[in-house]
Amino acid sequence: MKIVACIKQVPDSAAKVVVENRHISWGDAPLVINPWDEFSVEAALQLKEKHGGTVTVISVGGENEKEAIKHALAMGADDAILITDPVLTGLDTQAIAQVLASAIQKIGGVDVAFFGRQAIDNDSGLTPSQTARLLNWPALTLAAVITFDGIRLKVERSTEEGRQAVSANLPVVVSLVKDYGEPRYPSFMGIRKASRAEVPAWSLANLGISAPASVISWPDIMNPPSREVVCEIISGSSPDEIASVLANKILGEKVL
Amino acid sequence: MKTWVYIDHFKGQALPASWEAIGAGKNLGTVTAVIFGQNVEPLAKEAFEQGADEVLLVDDASLLDYRAEAFCASLSKLVAATSPDVILFPTTTRGREIAAMAAIDLKTGVMVDVTAIDLQGDRIVVTRPIYAGKLFCKETCSSNPQIVTLRGRAFLKPKAQAGRTGTLTKASPAMGEADIKSKVEGYSTSESGVSLIDANVIVSGGRGVSNNPSLIPPPGLDEKQAEIWRAQQGFTLVKNLASTLGAAVGASRAAVDAGYVPYSHQVGQTGKVVSPDLYIANGISGAIQHLAGMRTSKVIVAINKDPDAPIFKVARYGVVGDLFQILPALTKAFKQSLGK
Repeated sequence: MKIVACIKQVPDSAAKVVVENRHISWGDAPLVINPWDEFSVEAALQLKEKHGGTVTVISVGGENEKEAIKHALAMGADDAILITDPVLTGLDTQAIAQVLASAIQKIGGVDVAFFGRQAIDNDSGLTPSQTARLLNWPALTLAAVITFDGIRLKVERSTEEGRQAVSANLPVVVSLVKDYGEPRYPSFMGIRKASRAEVPAWSLANLGISAPASVISWPDIMNPPSREVVCEIISGSSPDEIASVLANKILGEKVL
Repeated sequence: MKTWVYIDHFKGQALPASWEAIGAGKNLGTVTAVIFGQNVEPLAKEAFEQGADEVLLVDDASLLDYRAEAFCASLSKLVAATSPDVILFPTTTRGREIAAMAAIDLKTGVMVDVTAIDLQGDRIVVTRPIYAGKLFCKETCSSNPQIVTLRGRAFLKPKAQAGRTGTLTKASPAMGEADIKSKVEGYSTSESGVSLIDANVIVSGGRGVSNNPSLIPPPGLDEKQAEIWRAQQGFTLVKNLASTLGAAVGASRAAVDAGYVPYSHQVGQTGKVVSPDLYIANGISGAIQHLAGMRTSKVIVAINKDPDAPIFKVARYGVVGDLFQILPALTKAFKQSLGK
């Protein structure tokens, strides 16, 4: 099977992110593979281990995007492609989906394209379904369980009400949720292999497309309004006394 | 502005955020509610009572189960025929996905999980959290329709007016069953309980709920099993308070990663971002990725042994103490005062 995992590099989830002069800063926090994309790489590797084939990682970004790519290669992906082009800065998700769909078409013969459910920076969660729509492939999103019988790929989708089992013939786009199971840690051998790997960089000219137009713009980015709370510490001589004072305070807030 | 509102439902039961979207749409202009499904005409009546001026109904066997491609195709076809200025969706799993795909069909963009809408001429300017609420950004879309998904509980649900009616228009689906590539094979429901996203009150547990040394686990468990057994006893206290308050049960990433509770309970940057009226955090230290997911809650209460835990910085009320003593006492106190 020809398997692709699309990944993104983001500031670590423990980063303190602030806006300074309209510029987003995450201090000295590391840039890492988007946590949800680790599940995408894991699912790609498991599908390959069961059914054979190759796993290619695709990422869109600058040269520094390579940390996330190296992580995916160290987990066991066979090769990677970095799509990098000066015109790609500040594109909206619709435009990024066009770039990814073009890359998947250029690779050719792809059976499954995996994504994480969303990236923890922009939080939009649109790219998997939009890429699927552009490719005219079924989107089996929010997958917690994946099975493949050689013809149809079936996923259990994690929704508000529980699980919805949906199947489709290949090729398909699949996006992953955390219920899928822990992604593996890179092995020592994997890290060594990844550090030596050559990652080809594709420009939009290589993909044969011009810069896709963005329709979404961001007139402003703000720090959240500061939370002006002073914490009132409730104390007392017994748990019952503390609990009864606290319960009365909460009832006084009229939130129940 | 001609505004459409997509009514998300599961087996004919509308998700509350759908009605909130009608409320938000009424501020922009006339509202057309769009309803897809099979045997869902009762939802049209509900939509009128919630304030919709018009309902577009596609009622067909091919729409009995949600499938992205079929739902999106019908929406895109209807939009192409009528050209609304704005389409509002609730940010549900289905709402987000149909919005995403329809934007591709209609060569426009989506503004996701929006918490506020302003009008500037014929453009809407939205505010939405990014980085799980560590930052906010303003967004606008240069093409029509301007597609927006609304965060649950961010907009007021309109007051229902019994007997209110409007124009019902029926349309046929865009795809025949034979053309739909995906097939729904079944459902399994999650454990019953209040959904985190819709909850007015959330009671959460963290790593600290496994930390009761006075509990002796049954013999034969290894260290990890004993820890999980202890955590389950702790989460029973969390669940007891939650059921007394009619609340949903949340958890920190640490508690989920340690295997105490399923991922569906996780609150935070890689879990659910919530904004209830009351959030009670038990044994949660308040890592930045957890705070990002709950800091906009109206009233936050923290119970923790460590007086320096960062959770106290966002809390309105705090108890520095042993949650294994405080939680049962708090449940008892609420049972008395709420007359349960």
